[in-house]
Amino acid sequence: MKLSYRVLLWSVVLASSGTGLASASPAVDTLLEQYRQQGVTAFDAMAGQNFWVQKFNPSGAKQVRQCATCHTANPRNTGKHARTGKPIEPMAPTVNSKRLTEVKEIRKWLYRNCKWTVGRECTPQEKGNLLIWMQQL
Amino acid sequence: MKKIILVGGAVMLLLAAGFQIAWSNDEEGDYEGKGSLFKKTPDVAPVQNKTYVDECASCHMAYPPGLLPARSWQTLMDGLSNHFGDNAELDPATTAELSRYLVQNSADSSNYRRSKKIMRSLDNKAKPLRISGLPYIQNKHDEIPQHFIKANKQVGSLSNCIACHQGAEQGSFSERDIQIPGYGRWDD
Repeated sequence: MKLSYRVLLWSVVLASSGTGLASASPAVDTLLEQYRQQGVTAFDAMAGQNFWVQKFNPSGAKQVRQCATCHTANPRNTGKHARTGKPIEPMAPTVNSKRLTEVKEIRKWLYRNCKWTVGRECTPQEKGNLLIWMQQL
Repeated sequence: MKKIILVGGAVMLLLAAGFQIAWSNDEEGDYEGKGSLFKKTPDVAPVQNKTYVDECASCHMAYPPGLLPARSWQTLMDGLSNHFGDNAELDPATTAELSRYLVQNSADSSNYRRSKKIMRSLDNKAKPLRISGLPYIQNKHDEIPQHFIKANKQVGSLSNCIACHQGAEQGSFSERDIQIPGYGRWDD
């Protein structure tokens, strides 16, 4: 491919990843729009990745908790429920096309799992960062 | 000639009786240890609600409703925000739908063999929230060495029925079908 085309292509990809336009899922788009309404100006995939492995110590937790605790550090992997051992299908939509397709499901799991992992609900910024990062994997 | 007819007739009668027993529509299942000749009879009603599987089997197996009394299921459904330490909250409509399913198919409403035995092992006041803590279940597993369960990474605890009872969600807990991961069949 001609260099200039490559440059153009990559700059589009990079620019759109910054604004969250890289997402191909209407469900994610809906949620990102909601987060914008709630005051978020830009989403950051790198911050999403860092949040995924950040260590939290919510009250009542016997051990440090991370998203990675159940989902592993890479959402392309099959995870395992920390308590029951039940396998958890990969989160990355590129590997598991059912993921991130239903607003209701995304909301439900972000609500429950942020509360368990972080000890509170995730902010719109944090949720948006996670979603755009996960879509790009 | 007469002998042949008599013997033949007797054999046919025996076969007919055999088929009767094998094909009988006894939903309570077979007697302890004896299998039905042609089909696996469930000991507990199989799980048959898609919402239940979708919502309640993300983190653990889909426990058949026939393993607990209605009062236990109701309490569990009323306390989803602290479901054994985890938040399992659902929207009100789904919570109501699942509560109905569980209560209607609970052990005290079931004619299935193990549901009845579970109820018999409980007094009226008991409201157990853990299937693994039921007296009936404890008794059934009291001969199993801990290294098959707790120390077994592929099992972990008695609440992971499906690890060894692969037919659990279909309501089948026959001893002959048990396969303990890492060890094989249960050899009494």
